[in-house]
Amino acid sequence: MAALLDVRDLEVAFPQPGSGLFAPRPSLRAVRGVSFTLGQGRALGLVGESGAGKTTVALAVMRLLDAVGGTVSFDGADLYALDAAAMRARRRDLQIVFQNPYSSLDPRRRAADIVRAPLDLLGIGDPAARAARVAGLFARVGLRADQATLFPHQFSGGQRQRIAIARALATGPRLLVCDEPVSALDMITKRQILDLLAGLRDDFGLALLFVSHDLGAVRRICDEIAIMYLGRIVELSGRDELFARPRHPYTRALLAAAPSLAHRRSQGRAARCALAGEPPSPIDPPPGCAFAGRCPRATPKCRAECPELAAVGASRVACHFPG
Amino acid sequence: MTGRADPWLRRFLSACRTGPSAVVGMAALLVVCAMALYSVFLDGRDPFDIVSLPHRAPTFVGPLPLGTDYLGRDLAVCLLAGAAPTLSVAAVAAGLAMVLGVALGALAGFFGGRLDDLLMRFTEFFQVLPALLFAMVLVTLWSPSPTTIALTIGFVAWPPTARLARAEFLRIRDLEYVVAARAAGAGAGHLMWRVILPNAAPPLIVSATLVVTTAILFEAALSFLGLGDPDTMSWGQIIGANREYVLDAWWPVAFPGLAIFLTVLAVSLLGDGLNRILDPKSDGA
Ligand SMILES: Nc1ncnc2c1ncn2[C@@H]1O[C@H](COP(=O)(O)OP(=O)(O)OP(=O)(O)O)[C@@H](O)[C@H]1O
Ligand SMILES: [Mg+2]
Repeated sequence: MAALLDVRDLEVAFPQPGSGLFAPRPSLRAVRGVSFTLGQGRALGLVGESGAGKTTVALAVMRLLDAVGGTVSFDGADLYALDAAAMRARRRDLQIVFQNPYSSLDPRRRAADIVRAPLDLLGIGDPAARAARVAGLFARVGLRADQATLFPHQFSGGQRQRIAIARALATGPRLLVCDEPVSALDMITKRQILDLLAGLRDDFGLALLFVSHDLGAVRRICDEIAIMYLGRIVELSGRDELFARPRHPYTRALLAAAPSLAHRRSQGRAARCALAGEPPSPIDPPPGCAFAGRCPRATPKCRAECPELAAVGASRVACHFPG
Repeated sequence: MTGRADPWLRRFLSACRTGPSAVVGMAALLVVCAMALYSVFLDGRDPFDIVSLPHRAPTFVGPLPLGTDYLGRDLAVCLLAGAAPTLSVAAVAAGLAMVLGVALGALAGFFGGRLDDLLMRFTEFFQVLPALLFAMVLVTLWSPSPTTIALTIGFVAWPPTARLARAEFLRIRDLEYVVAARAAGAGAGHLMWRVILPNAAPPLIVSATLVVTTAILFEAALSFLGLGDPDTMSWGQIIGANREYVLDAWWPVAFPGLAIFLTVLAVSLLGDGLNRILDPKSDGA
């Protein structure tokens, strides 16, 4: 069976303001050849530090910004080849939950109107059916019916995120992209929202693309995990495999930086390499491995040649010297 | 949620609570509009008629309550008759300026790129022209009538609104709730007018009240310079005609000046209160 979502060699670049009128405009290469697949009902975690390009991948997968290269196939059809009308129709199947529930809800609309908006916009059902659907969604995400007429500012962060999730579920999508859906929330609310997402995935067979820099959250929800570094995927493996045998030095460093996770099984193996320094600039990235500057094992080869994602054991790793 | 007996009264009371300045502004504006309406009952008294000796002081009661101007025209009648032209010129001018400004600014801010460059150069071109001079040229080219004056003022007053609208649209365009609306299938029109515009409304409402103010003052300035429509009484016209004699008689300038001041105040109070009422955070619900 073909995967629900098949992303191949995705490239996204943002033109930067040029220094002079005739100087070539540099471009920021936010995503550099990212490929992954996601099956129906599966959950893929996308992990990386700030600026790695996670949000950019999430938005490009939804065709909410323009990729400069690569393909995003959903259910066998390339989204970037669809015309405007076909893309609009497809939006039913793809929805997104944003990181910040304080900015992802229109402050001037009432909760029920926010949740109903995708149904109105895509013309799904008659008004009575929409109202019933909204009521059902409110119940499913754990909001009270009497909160339907409140404005976003009258909700807590966790409740707002529930509204955002209800909105994303309104059209009955098959793929839900979650861009750090819990990172603006406190520990307890975070757990509740993660449980809600896991439950939704099981109930509706949703495929989840779960973006996060929180390994704990990813571990709770995802079957597979992709580690991103400066616009590339450097390691892609099953959840248990990744936590048990991290292969890329960057993955090891990430696990080492999250001791509560690393301690369990990988303690002996994870080289304690503290992450010193900053990633290089995504404008004009270095020719070799982007992590070479911070890597304890880097050799001249690493600085010259960019490693491709290749199978190592049960994982896929982009490193010349995988562990 | 209960007591749906009189929603209008409830709304009014809630408006009084959340936006008292709107209510005061509305009331003041109603007084001014009543003046305009009252001119219908002037029984055909022509404001241009000379009814008495020049410069009779205001008595506030009796037949010439506000006195007479430098020609002996009844100032009270002039003031009443001038209300409607002044207000309608201001309203039409402000309406035109807002529509032009918001439409161009919204397109520039929302679409960005080439269109933005083009529209903003166009706006700057209008902005660097001295507005009053430009208006004077336009009014002298067309023959002055309330319509041409209103259109002229509207045409020179839109650039600040366009710049403001552009900045707001640019700011709101990339906020997550707008991206969420795009993800839910919203097209450009829906995003611009149904999602971004309501959220850009507060500064635009303030700007609208400023534009009304500008329009009233512009009309007064044009009349003051003798470029108004000589056959239509307006407050600016009264001030313009009487300005030379202000040292002999203050009232022919002071009363229309006061009327302009009150109208401007009323409009800005209204704008301020409207913003409070529209703000969901002040909603009583
Ligand atoms: N609209 C944009 N215009 C220009 N550059 C952008 C834009 N959006 C993102 N970038 C740049 O692209 C790179 C990747 O950004 P992205 O938001 O995808 O990172 P991220 O992994 O989501 O980070 P975070 O964890 O902070 O959310 C960054 O260097 C960022 O500065
Ligand atoms: Mg992000």
